[in-house]
Parts: sequence; C-alpha cells; structure tokens
Amino acid sequence: MIEFTLWDIVRNLLMAARWTILLSAVAFAGGTIVGLLILFMRISKRRWVRRFAEYYIGLFQGTPLLMQLFLLFFGLPLLGLRIEPWTAAVLGLTLCASAFLAEIWRGGVQAVPLGQWDAGSSLGLHYLKQLRLIILPQAFAMTRAPTVGFLVQLIKSTALTSIIGFEELVRTSNAINNATFEPFKVYGFVALIYFALCFPLTRYAKMLELRALKH
Amino acid sequence: MGYALDFGWLDDAILLIANGAAMTMFLIAVSAVAGTVLSILGAAGRRSRHAVIRQAIAAYVEFVRNTPFLVQLFFIYFGLPSLGIRLDPVVAAILAMTLNMTAYTTEIVGAGLDAVPKGQKEAALALGLRPRQVFIKIVLPQALKVIYPALTSQIVIMMLESAVVSQIAVRELTYEADMLQARTFRAFETYFIVTLVYLAMSIGLRRLLVAGGNRLLSGGVS
Repeated sequence: MIEFTLWDIVRNLLMAARWTILLSAVAFAGGTIVGLLILFMRISKRRWVRRFAEYYIGLFQGTPLLMQLFLLFFGLPLLGLRIEPWTAAVLGLTLCASAFLAEIWRGGVQAVPLGQWDAGSSLGLHYLKQLRLIILPQAFAMTRAPTVGFLVQLIKSTALTSIIGFEELVRTSNAINNATFEPFKVYGFVALIYFALCFPLTRYAKMLELRALKH
Repeated sequence: MGYALDFGWLDDAILLIANGAAMTMFLIAVSAVAGTVLSILGAAGRRSRHAVIRQAIAAYVEFVRNTPFLVQLFFIYFGLPSLGIRLDPVVAAILAMTLNMTAYTTEIVGAGLDAVPKGQKEAALALGLRPRQVFIKIVLPQALKVIYPALTSQIVIMMLESAVVSQIAVRELTYEADMLQARTFRAFETYFIVTLVYLAMSIGLRRLLVAGGNRLLSGGVS
C-alpha cells in the first residue's frame, strides 16, 4: 500500500489541472472561431440563415452540456470516426462555447447604433469591411466583460468531461479519492484549484464591467 | 459502416424516461423554491448593517460561483460524511442544487433590490410601516418583478445542470438514460431521445414560469 502525503495529493491535482487549463484554452479558441461563424449567420440578411443560427444557439443553450458530450462521444463512432475522450471533450466544449459566444456578441452587434452601418456604407465600404472595421470592434469592446465571464463558465464546464473519461482535474481527483479515502480533503483542494483559476477572471470581468459603465 | 439507428427499445423505455423526467422536475422545483427564498435572505443580508454578515455572504457567493457544480456535488455527497454528515443522494442533490442556485440568485435579487427607487422605501416609512413591512410589502414585490426574467433563466440553467446529479446515482433523467443505454446498447439513440426530452423540458419550464409570472406579479412580466 502506498501512502499518499498531502503533497502527493496536491502535486497530482496540480498536474491534472494543466489538462483543465489546456482544454479550456483550446475550447475557448475553437469556440471563438466557430462562434464568429455563427455570429455572421445570426446577423445575416438571409432569413433562413438567421433562423439556422438561432436554432443552433437554442439547441446548445436548451440542452445539458453532459448530453451534448454523450451524443458526440457515442455518436461520432457511428459515423466511422474513432473518437477519444479528448476529441469529444474539445469538440463538445467548442460547439457549446460557439453558441454562447455568438449570442453574447450578437448583443454587442445589436447595441452598435444603426448609423454606424450607414456611415460605413457611405464611405464606400462593403458589408464585410463594415463588419470588420466598424461594427465588430465596437461590438467586441462592449461585450468584453460577458466574454470573460463566459470563459469562467467554460473552465467550470470542463469538469463535465471527466464523466466521458477525459483525465482532467475532477477525474484525477476521483482516482486519488479512491486511493486515499479522503474525499473531504481531495475535493476541497479541487475546489480551491478551480477557485484559483476562476476568481481572478471573475474579478477581471467585474473590472471591465465597471469600466464600461463609466464610459 | 452500415449502422442502422434503432428506436425499437423506446416502447418499453417510455415509462422509465417519464419517471426520470419527473424526478428532474421534482429536484428543480424544490431547489428553485428553496433557492429563491434563501437568496432573498442572502440579498437582504448582503445589504445588512453588520459587516460580518455582508462579507460572509459575499465570500459564499464568490466561492460557489467560481467552482464547478460537479465538484460542489462531490464535496457534499462524498466529503461531508467524513464530518459525520451522511446524506441520501436525493437530499445531497437538492442541497447542492439549492446552494449553487442561491449563490447566483442572491446577486440577481440584490440587483432587483437596488433597482427599486429609494423614494418607495421612504414613502412607506413615512406612512408608518415598520422596516420589515416595508421590505416585504413594498420593496420586495417591485424587485421580484424586475428580476423575474433573470430568475427564470437561472432556474432553466439549473435544470439543465442537474443532469450531473446522475453521477451520485440520483434516479433522474440522465441516470435513467445511462441505465437504458447499458441495457439496450443503443447509447446514441438513448441520449438523442433524452436530449430531446431535456430540450422540451427547458422550453416548457420557461413558458410555464413566464405564464406563472404574468399571473402572480401584478402588471405582468415584460
């Protein structure tokens, strides 16, 4: 029988936290890219494209993330794709993040006064250039706080990937708990690690929010 | 790959799925009510004269909001027994959901309380109402009306998040899905159907809450 010292527990948890951070970062980056696509569709001039994006967002916001992960994890192999927990986790969180981010940014785009579009077209800019040079910079500036707030939510959501077998913080803590029988200590430390990751971001989001209010 | 989807198992499973859905609704009903009541107390305490109460509630809110629900659930279900508190899975789930929801709704209710104009409180005091009456009869109803839409969203989010309580063997919707797919070997179809059930439940719950709010809160919810 191996004895686990407190340091062994903490060290293993911190090692596992690296995967939580990596997964959050990759999913946030992926979610940003796909989210931009969904955003463009959501504000498209074509009605059916807008509709599609609306349903896409509604679907991801109206079902549990756990179900989305299960569907990818069990569904993609049916299409003949070999899938590992890491792939399903990244894909699931990316798609989910894209829906939430697109909806946040759409709020920003809508808050940009219509005159800005007019000004853009009177300068002879075509649609994409209006978006890129005039509308999106303002929309992103306005939605910085909720975007950071969503990143916190995304970091917490990575905990669910433990259920489909991805070795991140929670899954590692389950294993450590099974070896040490010290759930109070183990899950307490896990909570502290998540808190250490999320709290600075929450603070940062709060700061951005206050700064936006001042302007 | 010649995989054919098969929903033949569904006939026998409908009752189980319905039972699971009922359990999910029960969990969210209890924790939504308890969470709302607690968050009214929390929001009032957040505006208390005593700094200790204010800070304790602020710390609680920050801690819950910055840790995953799954970890909170494991801490309550697996961790508390080492302090001699052993909970039934359903009780642990309700406790975790209530505590989690309270942290979010305390902020929401607080924002509502701040949105009520000060003159309302002063007018009520001038009419001779006692401070507690002022809070319950004048400030709170107006605050609830303002925050009702946000509260509704939070309840729906909590309902969706309650899927993870299947991990401590509470027999709710996700747990029944796990059991079904283990029996039928039709994992994708099972989770597909259950996802649709969740989608219907989140849409239905939102409609129900909005309709209920229109009735209860005078003047309706915008």
